[in-house]
Amino acid sequence: MSEWEPSAGIDELRARAALLAKVRAFMSSRSVLEVDTPSLGQFAITDPNIELFEVATPDGTRFLQSSPEYAMKRLLASGSGDIFQLGKVFRSGEHGGRHNPEFVMLEWYRIDWTHYQLMREVAELIAETLRLSTWQIWSLDSLLDHFCQINLHDATKLELKVAAENAGIDVVGDLDKLDYLDLLMTHVVEPGIASWGLVFIVDFLEQQAALSRIIERGDNSVAARFEAYVHGVELANGYWEESDPDVLVGRFEADNDHRVSRGQPVREIDERLISASRAGVPDCAGVAVGFDRLLMLARGRSELSQVMPFSWPLA
Amino acid sequence: MPNFSTNEFKPGLKVMLDNEPCSILENEYVKPGKGQAFNRVKLRNLRSGRVLEKTFKSGDSLEGADVLDIDLEYSYTDGEFWYFMDPNTFEQHSADKAAVADAEKWLKEQEKFEVTLFNGAPLTVTPPNFIELEITETDPGLKGDTAQGGSKPATLSTGAVVRVPLFLSEGEVIRVDTRSGEYVSRASKA
Repeated sequence: MSEWEPSAGIDELRARAALLAKVRAFMSSRSVLEVDTPSLGQFAITDPNIELFEVATPDGTRFLQSSPEYAMKRLLASGSGDIFQLGKVFRSGEHGGRHNPEFVMLEWYRIDWTHYQLMREVAELIAETLRLSTWQIWSLDSLLDHFCQINLHDATKLELKVAAENAGIDVVGDLDKLDYLDLLMTHVVEPGIASWGLVFIVDFLEQQAALSRIIERGDNSVAARFEAYVHGVELANGYWEESDPDVLVGRFEADNDHRVSRGQPVREIDERLISASRAGVPDCAGVAVGFDRLLMLARGRSELSQVMPFSWPLA
Repeated sequence: MPNFSTNEFKPGLKVMLDNEPCSILENEYVKPGKGQAFNRVKLRNLRSGRVLEKTFKSGDSLEGADVLDIDLEYSYTDGEFWYFMDPNTFEQHSADKAAVADAEKWLKEQEKFEVTLFNGAPLTVTPPNFIELEITETDPGLKGDTAQGGSKPATLSTGAVVRVPLFLSEGEVIRVDTRSGEYVSRASKA
């Protein structure tokens, strides 16, 4: 007889149902419309650090979506107004204590807002769901200066590598500069801010912009992007969205160049998203929250399997 | 040997790292939502016993190590090698001093030891947790002193020296915990 019982108890299922209802009430009270976009899309994200499940269908290969972002932007361009989606997304290979290859994502968009206005709303959602009423905002470079004594904007790859070695991190093989930054984030910064409650990190490097716009901060150009961490757990990722279709095409092509250099398959650019951008995606800010992590934090748990009925090995 | 990718690094998997056979102890997956994924891995070097902590880019791989744990009976030593026999096949394996290491002082003939073979040759020898050995040398017992709970050194048939209660004398067989090197109890005479 193989294992059939869920990895989360009935209390956790009740807490999940209650939190889903609470999130929907939060959005409804702010007149954000719930939408439901397809899980199986003909196009997919180009991000080299996100791998996808490809599904063979009678109408050709489709991709289980890693985020509803592109479809939601097409709705925004069609005049939907503020929208949210609460549904499953999929990322191949992401499995660990705080990762599950299929998980529930809460994603929403606010028209005419900047990422700073959206951060406030994320903080309000967290205040209601996690009872954390205060927060801090740190720029990425100030956090790295604080924990690793490096000047991020001027730092060479070698300096980041030395900072990792000084932190006692023993990496097998060589990494590129952004990978060393990710290494310092996961090994030094995340544990370092674990007792800080809710922390927003802003002003990411230009190369980390993804679909956020680039803004000027002092002498540097930075990505208008934020990450929300609660007790050192990455919970949300938001952008003041870049809406220029030509800039987006340039980003997607750069992603694909990066994919080729790492031996990954090229992802066809989503022409429907580009067409929607040409028609005009309104100026907006958007954010994605890992719903299962939110539940995990609300329940005081440390692993997703404790709040998912059937985590990856049991699915 | 096949290669194993980071997502196959389960506790107990034996892999080669820097030409040394290692056993995976823990494997933690970490990844920023928009960044590179890593595996933080704890491994034990099977030769030295040292625990290492390494970080791999997710998807990297290591070659498997040809490592096998088997129970063998200790036979004898010629001073250079220690010979163990497989009780099922009667195949003989010779372990060198580095492999025998601290287990040397517990090597009792016909006793079973767990031998870790690396590429077919003994890498480490682990004694059973408890072993019964005869006292070959100790000071005479001091009658009437048993209540004091004092102890004295005793040399055992394999050469190990353990502290035993004062009332024990030469020729008696005792049970010893090989992990701590401590006397446990008197054993029935062999």
